[in-house]
Amino acid sequence: MRLSHGGIIDRSKPINFTFDGRSLQGYAGDTLASALLANDIKLVGRSFKYHRPRGILSAGSEEPNALVELRMGARREPNTRATMVELYEGLVAHSQNRFPSLQHDLLSINGKLSPFFAAGFYYKTFMWPASFWEKLYEPLIRKAAGLGRNAALPDPDTYESGHLFCDVLVIGAGAVGVKAAHEAAIGGARVILCDEQPPSDAVDMQNVKYLPRTTVFGVYDGGTYGAVERVADHLVVPAPHQPRQRYWRIVAKRSVLATGAIERPMVFTNNDLPGVMLAGAVETYITRYAVAPGARAVLFINHDGAASALAAMAASVMAVAAVVDARPASSAVIRDMAAAFSVPVFSGAVIRRAVGKLAVEGVEICTRDGGVVRFGCDVVAMSGGWNPVLHLTSHLDDKPVWDDAIAAFVPDGLPPGMTAVGAAAGEEINQNITPLWSVPDADAKAFVDFQNDVTAADIRLAKQEGFIAVEHLKRYTTLGMATDQGKTANVNGLALMAMATGKTVPETGTTRFRPPYTPVALGALAGPHRGKLFKPTRLTPTHEWAKSLGAVFVETGLWLRAQYFPKPGEDWLAATNREVLAVRQRVGICDVTTLGKIDIQGPDAAKFLECIYTNSWTNLAVGRARYGLMLREDGFVMDDGTTARIGEQHYVMTTTTANAGKVFQHLEFCHQWLWPELDVRFISITDQWAQIALAGPHARDVLRKIVDEAYDVSNAVFGYMAAGDVTICGGTSARLFRLSFSGELAYEIAVPARFGGALAAALMAAGAEFGITPYGTEALGVMRVEKGHPAGNELNGQTSAHDLGFGKLLSKKKDFIGRALAARPALMDSARPNLVGLKPVNESDRLRGGAHLLAHDAEPVAANDQGHVTSAVYSPTLGHSIGLAILKHGASRHGEIIRVYDPIRNSDFLAEVVSPVFYDVQGSRLHA
Amino acid sequence: MVDKYSVFSVMREALRGHTGWRPAWRDASPVGVYDVIIVGGGGHGLATAYYLAKNHQRMRIAVLEKGWLGNGSIGRNTTIIRSNYLLPGNAPFYEFSMKLWEGLEQDINYNAMVSQRGVLNIIHSDAQRDAYARRGNSMRLNGIDAELLDLAALRAKVPYLDYENARFPIQGALLQRRGGTVRHDAVAWGYARAADHLGVDIIQNCEVTGIKTENGKAVGVETTRGYIAGKKIGLACAGNSSRVAAMAGIRLPIESHALQAFVSESIKPLIDNVITFGAGHFYISQSDKGGLVFGGDIDGYNSYASRGNLPTIEDVCEGGMALMPMLGRARLVRHWGGIMDMTMDGSPIIDKSPVENLYLNAGWCYGGFKATPASGWCFAHLIARDEPHEVASAYRLDRFAKGYVIDEKGVGATPNLH
Amino acid sequence: MRIHCPHCGERGLQEFLYHGDATVTRPRDGGAEPTPEWTDYVYFRENPNGVHRELWYHNVGCHAWLVVTRNLRNHQIMAVESAYDVALGRSS
Repeated sequence: MRLSHGGIIDRSKPINFTFDGRSLQGYAGDTLASALLANDIKLVGRSFKYHRPRGILSAGSEEPNALVELRMGARREPNTRATMVELYEGLVAHSQNRFPSLQHDLLSINGKLSPFFAAGFYYKTFMWPASFWEKLYEPLIRKAAGLGRNAALPDPDTYESGHLFCDVLVIGAGAVGVKAAHEAAIGGARVILCDEQPPSDAVDMQNVKYLPRTTVFGVYDGGTYGAVERVADHLVVPAPHQPRQRYWRIVAKRSVLATGAIERPMVFTNNDLPGVMLAGAVETYITRYAVAPGARAVLFINHDGAASALAAMAASVMAVAAVVDARPASSAVIRDMAAAFSVPVFSGAVIRRAVGKLAVEGVEICTRDGGVVRFGCDVVAMSGGWNPVLHLTSHLDDKPVWDDAIAAFVPDGLPPGMTAVGAAAGEEINQNITPLWSVPDADAKAFVDFQNDVTAADIRLAKQEGFIAVEHLKRYTTLGMATDQGKTANVNGLALMAMATGKTVPETGTTRFRPPYTPVALGALAGPHRGKLFKPTRLTPTHEWAKSLGAVFVETGLWLRAQYFPKPGEDWLAATNREVLAVRQRVGICDVTTLGKIDIQGPDAAKFLECIYTNSWTNLAVGRARYGLMLREDGFVMDDGTTARIGEQHYVMTTTTANAGKVFQHLEFCHQWLWPELDVRFISITDQWAQIALAGPHARDVLRKIVDEAYDVSNAVFGYMAAGDVTICGGTSARLFRLSFSGELAYEIAVPARFGGALAAALMAAGAEFGITPYGTEALGVMRVEKGHPAGNELNGQTSAHDLGFGKLLSKKKDFIGRALAARPALMDSARPNLVGLKPVNESDRLRGGAHLLAHDAEPVAANDQGHVTSAVYSPTLGHSIGLAILKHGASRHGEIIRVYDPIRNSDFLAEVVSPVFYDVQGSRLHA
Repeated sequence: MVDKYSVFSVMREALRGHTGWRPAWRDASPVGVYDVIIVGGGGHGLATAYYLAKNHQRMRIAVLEKGWLGNGSIGRNTTIIRSNYLLPGNAPFYEFSMKLWEGLEQDINYNAMVSQRGVLNIIHSDAQRDAYARRGNSMRLNGIDAELLDLAALRAKVPYLDYENARFPIQGALLQRRGGTVRHDAVAWGYARAADHLGVDIIQNCEVTGIKTENGKAVGVETTRGYIAGKKIGLACAGNSSRVAAMAGIRLPIESHALQAFVSESIKPLIDNVITFGAGHFYISQSDKGGLVFGGDIDGYNSYASRGNLPTIEDVCEGGMALMPMLGRARLVRHWGGIMDMTMDGSPIIDKSPVENLYLNAGWCYGGFKATPASGWCFAHLIARDEPHEVASAYRLDRFAKGYVIDEKGVGATPNLH
Repeated sequence: MRIHCPHCGERGLQEFLYHGDATVTRPRDGGAEPTPEWTDYVYFRENPNGVHRELWYHNVGCHAWLVVTRNLRNHQIMAVESAYDVALGRSS
């Protein structure tokens, strides 16, 4: 019920919301929990296993019970703690994990059957018959388990992420935290103050960056802290362009842990009934939200700290029926306070059980002399002491230490740079405490972990079955594994295990906390990286040009490349066939910018290339290019490409698109770490130069029209594998390479990247009279298979130089990366599968990459597996499907008929082993 | 006292207040000389002890565990089982393991919740489709179930992936229906209980501090609970393999790396299968309890600290959001790390060591959980008979010197990339 | 984890790539044979649970290779050196 005065709520701003379809009203400043209590709603949820009725236990982020599905549709958020939801106009919340309704939950039968569902019951049964597990038992268990329902639709909101740097990070904006922040700031430090609660008027500091609604959820190495700012969770939907949440990586030289403490429940029978609450929470609802959670309370305590809760209740409209103080002699603090409000105190007494159905209706008190006293009440305010919120201190593996004086764990070792202050350090809590971990005879209805329904009896059972180590206890009973991660449960559970084994709490173990401190939305941790923004998109310099021609693009690593350029009515195959034939018969252009390009300079450049490549480089003349093969140090093929010598000490290396970054990193490694004495430098120029392949019988005709007259590109002067600087189109600097991937007379022309589109357009214009055709990666791929060039599918990191027919490229005269280990027996084994071509016996059969190869009469079993198809295409040049494959003893099996076995695609036919070079075996076309 | 677990024993105990359950395993102390000492009370060590006791001649067997049993990778992994391997050295082994999983619970009388929910590897490009076809065909040749789903079939099965707006479009998936998940802790507990019933001494809080050799033969171990003599000693120490092998002067082709794992709040059934993203580092399944269990790549640097850092956490969540944008409002409730014994080719070692009577079971990378039964079976075979089991015969230590590496990913001697 | 790059200053983990053990040395003029020395260099590691000298690459930065001395037990970094300088010192 709402109090007539007090609290931080704004009575001038009423807010409408609904819970389970019921229209209700609260005020600005309320949480969903305080507003529900103000409307006298106590039953808020159902527990995980037994579906017991549950209410609101706490007033903070430790809440295990009051979990709701907040919002609707794609924004539905299951398991949302009502205690942390700021009330907003139009808020919609539903109770969860109940059927058909919160009041009448059919699965509450589980509670009646709880003897069968003790800890670990499922490990002992559901084993027969084996096939029933997936079909019957498990679906039932899965349906019954789980709490709220996640939306199955894409999250419509957005998230941001960013870095913050500071000298001092203060975590918690309570009085102690505010003081620490203030002191650090006036000392000149850059200070960030984070607090999980909404903005507070109490924090008013000019020189501190104050982040309210921000939870520091984890501590990571190097003074890095993870935090989530709930930017728009207090709104019905985020404002336009506003993220729902913002994830911060905070780098702090020092941090101050001012996170306070969390109250411990008392463990007694039916301590989970709605209306049984933490005493501090009752006090918070009265003083902060001006809500009395009930009319008549009984307070159950074992230390002095609850005196203020007693005062708050008694000074409000609530009646306090009794104080039950478990200590043999109640302290003066409590007695005086009780006397001031004429409340009877039962010292040395405990609440044996609470009674009630859907909410607490009364308690049975076991008095010091063994008598039983009953009180009617609708609130039980309990406090078993407080636990410092030291979760963040243990994220880097430091363990807290047990302090007997306050019967609580306190921080011991701390992450570098962190200090703990106030209640988080164990200061001023649990005065005169006499620990009471459970009342005598706490039974299978005395809950330790509320959300997961772990009882005192479960802990005793775990002990009996040998699950005594803290982690065994936790995993066997599920203690502390719910959404609250045992914030109110772990210490009680540990202490109960200690009691069961006759040991002390520290002998039994310590609690170890894993991040995050409170649950964090996955969307926040992903930040903006989803959908098209998952990874950056690299566009080639000719992208807009290709787009204007209607190109279809394909993802190639981070690049988008033109895959094919369909004419009206063409599918991908028709377009590709046309493009291939155009290149073979006339001329075509293709953007090859994505190949890695590395500029290498220095007196020792050639020597360096000798180290990197398997083949020889010192004899490469200026103005010439050469194919090069790189191994990894383990002797397998790493990458290949051509490298051109364009000056005495100047080379330009190309790598495959996929390995551009890896090769560059490898070169840096080889230079900086292996051969630092070599005087050589290099830089990636992949993005600086646009490069376009010009290929086909008319390539030179087209080239002549764009290369400036001063340069002779005749076959005699600029033959196959020539390279050099030229100018084109009247003075534009360019690099010209006579390289051919397609097998045709071909050139690659490189210009500064900004001219890429213009070069493509110029080539198209110059080639118009020859029927020039743009071609994409599909046609490129077809032509390279026709020519038998190994590419990514063959250079898969599992193949050796010999496998790919490159054995002759392994120089015997020099050291190079991979030389020694390439000579290992397994890599020299002649039985290793090596590169062959395949041609279907029946030309209508289609080869596919990934099919396996068997002897034509062999049974399809692993022992007969002889290799696989690495690449396969339809060759419009030859009029049938062709493929590259690696096949055992392949080089010596040309002409043999083998079985192409592809059961996963229902394909099984015969093919002939042929040379991997299907087209122009002599290479006369590319030398033309 | 109750020995046999069944629905009847559960009902009987329910009616008498669960007073009859015995400890799942004895809290044993070392006594006398053992025929076999297994160092490491994780999944592989316990499974080895169980199969040694069950499949081979009568022996005195001890399992030594430095902390509480099952505290390493067996209790920290993401619970996936599958046998969708490509290479000849791996596929028969993991399929053998899958078959053992399929009969495990009845064998050890413990419900480990083996759940064959199906494992989907999502395909995003033509090259990836061919690579998965190659793998699927290899599985078929090895008698393992595999299906290649096209886009329509995948969409019908898992409608909630980002088919419309993906940076790397989804084309289909490789499916192994027999793959799935198992309740990880229960595997350790089940093997421990079953081994204990066959007389194995499971000795917890017993850290090995030295390996004693005489004339080049291992004869026993120094521990925090005193010297323990053993005729044969098997190491099953996962992330600590290098450390323990070093006690016998052995250097391994292994680096220890941290792999993080993640679990969300418990929610109603949402994801039915194990799903692996093909364009980033992310995989996910949902536990019977309702938590989404997910993970990604290793953190990428040597580590013995069982925790990771933010870049990997972000990478994993970005992968999750890219694949399943419905996860935006699901909340991460806990993340942790485990120490992986990453080998140089990504495949394990089950072999004799250079020291006589000392046997190695190591290098499981992040694939150790699914291998648990076969690893135990084959390691037991090796120890008992001094010859490798047929399906584990490729897992030799000398394969690195000879070049017979088993490199599924083709990334070479870079443990952090496997 | 944050690494103090000698060229760029302290930067976050996401800027760096890890390579591995910096204590193994490529056999110089080790010959063409796959000797145990080569196998040791490429495959075998001490993998200590403690202080480790290792190679990192400042990928999103200056492209320097770094020798980082780091405790594998708690990820604390004791020293960061330029790998180039270390290598020059080694070869002279």
